[in-house]
Parts: sequence; structure tokens; C-alpha cells
Amino acid sequence: MDVSMTVNGSTHANDVEPRTLLVHHLRDGLGLTGTNIGCDSSSCGACTVHMNGESVKSCTVLAVQADGQDITTIEGLADTARSDGSSTGDMDWHPMQEAFQQCHALQCGYCTPGMVMASVSFLKENPNPTEAQIREGLEGNLCRCTGYHNIVKAVESVAGGAS
Amino acid sequence: MIPAAFDYTVAESADHAIQLLGEYGDEAKLLAGGHSLIPMMKYRLATPTQLIDVGRLDDLSYIRRENGHIAIGAMTKHAQLETSDVLAADCPMLQHVAALVGDPSVRHRGTLGGTLAHSDPASDLPAAVLALGGTIVAQGPNGTREIASSEFFTGYFESVLAEDEMIVEVKVPAGSAGWNYQKFNRRAQDWAIVGVAVADGGSGISLVNMGSTPIRATAAEEALAGGASIADAAALAAQDTDPPEDLNADGEYRAHLARVLTQRALEAANG
Repeated sequence: MDVSMTVNGSTHANDVEPRTLLVHHLRDGLGLTGTNIGCDSSSCGACTVHMNGESVKSCTVLAVQADGQDITTIEGLADTARSDGSSTGDMDWHPMQEAFQQCHALQCGYCTPGMVMASVSFLKENPNPTEAQIREGLEGNLCRCTGYHNIVKAVESVAGGAS
Repeated sequence: MIPAAFDYTVAESADHAIQLLGEYGDEAKLLAGGHSLIPMMKYRLATPTQLIDVGRLDDLSYIRRENGHIAIGAMTKHAQLETSDVLAADCPMLQHVAALVGDPSVRHRGTLGGTLAHSDPASDLPAAVLALGGTIVAQGPNGTREIASSEFFTGYFESVLAEDEMIVEVKVPAGSAGWNYQKFNRRAQDWAIVGVAVADGGSGISLVNMGSTPIRATAAEEALAGGASIADAAALAAQDTDPPEDLNADGEYRAHLARVLTQRALEAANG
């Protein structure tokens, strides 16, 4: 069936099978392979994207449910970094991406896109979290390298505006 | 993992959803947030051939005070319960429990009506609604009916909802007296191995994952009402339960957890 959604600011109209998962539509249909598939059962959070500004696990959302919605993937994050509307280059990262780099908040990097998307959504809802709140806020995102400590530090640095 | 093929229809209203349910019969399932149904479909534990999307019915998304109770629209998401000022003031247990479901991304999608209709005995919110003595409002082809939460759950993933009925609203009594919720699990974002909800100082005690449905700990409630101590009442918490056995816990361990968690919940609720 026909679906149309805004992905990273552009409208995409496509014909999808109703059973197509949003993550497959993004990766295979639109070529946005920054969103990873991990557990494929809504446990690990590797596939986290934003739907209307809120984090969702795109392996547990049907593409048809996203019809008419506003989706942001990791590829679209850097472009939204500037509030003055000026254009951004490839290296003009979102503060969260920058913080992940500064704090070395990744090892193998597989969980990173989902982790960054979940962190941005979390801070939007909890602008001044404690460390414990950050850990709870990211409980739906697993890092199998177990590099949680630096991930939490990265989120803390963005929350505190220190980065 | 990809679900088996199905057709998808967006319901324009609750009436429309019920009409579609009538047309498609038992081949159809209502889709709300989908965070229980879609995983079941991916594992092919559920293979509906028709999905009727009620998740876009924004008029079923609300939390408001009415006469002595709080009315919550069935499509209200867990994240909305979690951040509701109305619940914070007048039903803090529901707010607290909503914040313990899954993780933030799950709570952005999951709905109160969906979790009740799914009727998973391991879920948090059904047990909370049961302890609170909530009421489920279901709409069918002949209008709405109110179902006491104590009458609603009938078995694993089963409720008294008819094939052509959908939950449109949940009512819980307003009140913040003596409540507590104990959730015992081993990993972040897991279901409770056992959970205990205490409402109104102990006049409502319900158990998570201690049988095929969320259940009231009736013996413990009655003992407490009869003047028994918290310890004596909590010792009866596992009476008449039939806990499941899995790799997390056998039945005996779950019964032990039920007694210990009930005691903790009652002490905290009356502390």
C-alpha cells in the first residue's frame, strides 16, 4: 500500500507491503543504512529512530504506522543541529554526536546510532538528569561491548552543556 | 523477522473499528501501539490476516478527572501516563507503574488500552488497574459496557472482550492513599518475575506473574481487613495462586517472592 512519510526533512512516497517493518523500509527502501538491526525484537535499541521527535524502536513499528509521520534517523541528526536554520556540512555534528566522539562513547559502534537517537530523545524529555536517570533512560539500548560508562558521560556532558 | 502477510486498515473512529471487527471476525486484530502484538506476529505466535489500526484515534487519548474517578482514554500512551499531572495528584500508583513498563522507547508507543486487551499476566499496568479496582469500558456494536477489572481477565492473553469489542476507556478511582508497587526482575526493562501492587493501604493487593491472569491476593486482603498484622497477611499472599515456572523462577520461588514483596509493599504503603 502507498505510504508517505517525512524522513530527515524530505517526503518519501513508496508502495510497501503492510508487513514491512519501519527499519526495513528505512534501510532497504530508502537506503538509510545508518539505522542498525540488532536483536530484531525490541530489546536492544540498535534500530532506534525518532517518530515525531520521540524515540521508537523501528523494528517494532510497521512502515504503514509511520504513514504521514515525521521520522528522523541518525543520518538526519547532524542537519538539524543549527537552530538558526543555516545549512550544515557533513562534519557539523549534532552536539550528542560530538559528545560521543569526545567521550569515546563507542567501541565497536554497532549500538551507537540507536544510542545517540535514544539519548537525544531522552534529554529532550529530561533536560537536567542525574546520572542514575540517564542510566535508566537508556535502559532500552544495549551496548554489548559494555561501554556504558562513557556513553553516560557523553550524555551528561551534553546535559550540562560542557561539551 | 517479518510477520506473516496481512491487510491493514486505518480505523477512522471507534465505531469504524468495531464495524471492521464485525466484518472480519476472528481473522482481525486491533493494532494500538503494537509493542505486544507486532513482536508476537514476528515470532508467528499471532497470525491475524487483518490489522485494524486504532492507534491513530487521538480522541481516545486523554486523562481527565470525572466524578470521583479518573477517566483515561484507551489510546493513552504509557509515556503520557508517566508524565501526567492529573495522575501525579490523584492516582500516583498508575503514574509510577507506567514508568516501569519496558523502556522509554516502548513507552512512547504502548497504550493502556492495548496492554489491558493483551492481558499478559506478567505486565505491570493490568495488575495496577486490578489493585486499584479499576473499570474497563468496552464498546461493541450495541454500545458501551463497563467491566470491573476483577471480572475482565480470564486466562493467558485472554479477557472477556468479545471479538467485536474494543476498550475505549479505563476508569480508576481517584486517590493517593497508601500505595506501593514492587517489581522484581533481574535485568533492566524485563517483565517482572513477580510483582505486587498495593492500593488504598492494602484493601487492593494484586500480583503480577503469579498465574494465568493478574490476580488479587484475596486471602491477604481479607486477613488485613480482619485486623491481621502486615506480616501475617503477607504470609497468605501466594494462597490460591498457580505461578508459572520458567528459567527465571520455579513456582515455589515465585510464591516466596510474592510473600516477601507483598510484605514490603504493605509496609511501604502504610509507612
